[in-house]
Amino acid sequence: MKKLSARRRHPLAAVVVLLLALAATGGLYAAFAPASKAQAEESAQSLAIEEGKKLYSVGCASCHGTGGQGTTDGPSLVGVGSAAVDFQVATGRMPAQQPGAQVPQKPVIYTQAQIDQLAAYVASLGPGPVTPTEKQYNPEGADIARGGDLWRTNCAQCHNFTGEGGALTKGKYAPSLENTTPKHIYEAMQTGPQNMPSFPDTTMPEKEKKDIIAYVKSVNGDQTPTPGGFALGGLGPVSEGLFGWIFGLGALVAVAIWVAAHTAKAKKS
Amino acid sequence: MSTSSDAKRKAPAGERVADWADGRLGIYSLAKANMRKIFPDHWSFMLGEICLYSFIIIILTGVYLTLFFHPSMNEVHYHGSYVPMQGIRMTEAYASTLDISFDVRGGLLIRQIHHWAALIFIAGMFVHMMRVFFTGAFRKPRELNWMFGFLLFVLGMFTGFTGYSLPDDLLSGTGVRFTQGAILATPIVGTYLSMFLFGGEFPGHDIIARFYSIHILLLPGIMLGLVVAHLILVFYHKHTQFPGPGRTNKNVVGMPLLPVYMAKAGGFFFLVFGVIAIIAALFTINPIWALGPYRPDQVSTGAQPDWYMGFAEGLVRVMPGWEINLWGHTLVLGVFIPLVVFGLVLGAIAMYPFIESWITGDKREHHILDRPRNAPTRTALGVAWVTSYMIMLIGGGNDIFATHLHLSINSITWFVRISYFVGPVIAFIVTKRICMGLQRRDRDKVLHGRESGIIKRLPHGEFVEIHEPLSQSQRYSLTAHEQYQPAELGPLVDENGVERKPTRGEKLRAKLSKGYYGEGNQVPKATPEEYQEITSGHGGHH
Repeated sequence: MKKLSARRRHPLAAVVVLLLALAATGGLYAAFAPASKAQAEESAQSLAIEEGKKLYSVGCASCHGTGGQGTTDGPSLVGVGSAAVDFQVATGRMPAQQPGAQVPQKPVIYTQAQIDQLAAYVASLGPGPVTPTEKQYNPEGADIARGGDLWRTNCAQCHNFTGEGGALTKGKYAPSLENTTPKHIYEAMQTGPQNMPSFPDTTMPEKEKKDIIAYVKSVNGDQTPTPGGFALGGLGPVSEGLFGWIFGLGALVAVAIWVAAHTAKAKKS
Repeated sequence: MSTSSDAKRKAPAGERVADWADGRLGIYSLAKANMRKIFPDHWSFMLGEICLYSFIIIILTGVYLTLFFHPSMNEVHYHGSYVPMQGIRMTEAYASTLDISFDVRGGLLIRQIHHWAALIFIAGMFVHMMRVFFTGAFRKPRELNWMFGFLLFVLGMFTGFTGYSLPDDLLSGTGVRFTQGAILATPIVGTYLSMFLFGGEFPGHDIIARFYSIHILLLPGIMLGLVVAHLILVFYHKHTQFPGPGRTNKNVVGMPLLPVYMAKAGGFFFLVFGVIAIIAALFTINPIWALGPYRPDQVSTGAQPDWYMGFAEGLVRVMPGWEINLWGHTLVLGVFIPLVVFGLVLGAIAMYPFIESWITGDKREHHILDRPRNAPTRTALGVAWVTSYMIMLIGGGNDIFATHLHLSINSITWFVRISYFVGPVIAFIVTKRICMGLQRRDRDKVLHGRESGIIKRLPHGEFVEIHEPLSQSQRYSLTAHEQYQPAELGPLVDENGVERKPTRGEKLRAKLSKGYYGEGNQVPKATPEEYQEITSGHGGHH
């Protein structure tokens, strides 16, 4: 008490008291003010939409229209949902470089935060598939064998046995899934980008999507064992035949030439 | 004269064994007659050996696989060590192939050796056949052996196809379904044939067991017999040789069977085995675990047969889907026409020796090979045939070409459709021109010598390149071939002065013969007289 009483006449004492009082009032207000959290989220959301709209008008509006209503160069984005935006932009497909049979994958030019803002804006145009959470697409613990069966029934006819991709008509193609993340595979199934049919939860529940992702990642991932040696692209008999001719028969013909060149004929001195 | 001690002394063990065997098998005279048999040396004469050795490798590895394979279509749930197939329903055939791949010691390696050796076996036969074709080695007396070889090629294709179908995986099952479609497309009998082969509706419960019998018993049995007959005929006819000094139609210049050729051939077997084993150890072939079991309701893209059936696949892929519907029956031209073309393409190459000998009218024996350039029309025909075959291989893999070359599959299909007709014609013309050019070069070389690359300036200022004359043996090799004259129509007036009309066959033959050997279809080879004239000093500065 001695210390306190000694300093109460200090010239800055009034300022300290004032600061303490302000801090206490502000803290109490922060603690007890009603619905502060929801308001903050809402404002963050509207901020994201606001920012997304700016990004949209720079990168997307020329084809999809200023309000996402679509033009002759690009489809309407009303109701495609945030999942579609996340898939198209985060795999580098959008913004498209040029019209063509199919928009290819390119290096991604937006950060994930910007993509989320774009997605938020497009999602605000109309309800659609929502970007999945990790809990939805994480394939851990899913049934790989069941996924394989579903894969061969629904996916293999375009994407090949192990997701190496395949040709569609007139230059269109089903891409390889070798480097596609579980999240993007999930979103592709949800939204059906480009030539792909969509598999909404009503026809393919979340669990089955997980099984499929688990199968693809187990047969065509970084950790996939190849018990037979180099897989030659996993393309089947075409690459095997080419390899057999060029390296198999080619090597044997080379050996034959070598054997024939080392004949027992008397050497000329 | 021998003393009693000599008589009692026993001969060496080897001699006694040989004596025992000779008394019962008569191998001495057989060996004596053949041990010094001569084989000419050239790398291309070893292509057939590649086939023989890979065939032996296939039989050896195939026996091992039969120990573990269950040719049954009973359905089971898989509970082996490959996780992504756990609990999946599949046939015993597929399950046992998974077991061979993952649970049988050395199973996967043996399976891969078996399959790689099969691809190389048929590729080897293809190349061997082309060697025989382009060098004219199929001419009398070897036409029958050509047919044996051709049969081996075709049987090899079907043995390969039945073997590829055995694991009952999604890829091979799609191939079997494709085959069933082709059978169904056969007019009138198609449905009956399909029902007979599959024991009812596709896929039924019999086809794997039936293919198994065909794959391990029927076809290899016939092939083994044909291989033996093929080799006996090679022995009997003696091997052909390329032209060269001292080589005539009546001798064979080369190395004796024993010891030289036996050592080389024996060593070559192990080299072939070694190369195939290395490839099989390093590179995956037909990873059936990644393909899944066959179910008629499933299919994958990139579904192709092994390469030797690829041109049949191509024919069906590029053929427009035409069909005729009449009185409630459907004639599927889209599949039936390719089926006919498949037979024609193969039949054309099989019958060629008979066609050529009919055109030339040559019934003599030929043991000296043609250099391909010296038979321009035959060589051009052969290249045209190979071109049409290769174009159809592109057709068979059109989807893979589309994705990997970033092309439209429709464009590739149209390219194949057009070039199937245009390509062989271009190949024919180009090849023939190249052959004639090479003939002309040979003629120049014989007459004027080899270009030395040394430039000389003459006293009056002219620059010339010095040509070095060829050795006599080189000149011989370049002029040893004979050149046919085009066959004329026989006399149109017989000995009694009666005119006769040439038959249509005669006219056709004369026309074809002109196309083969007439003016502008071969370059007359250098004659001794021309050579004399040029080298006698009047030629100036050559």
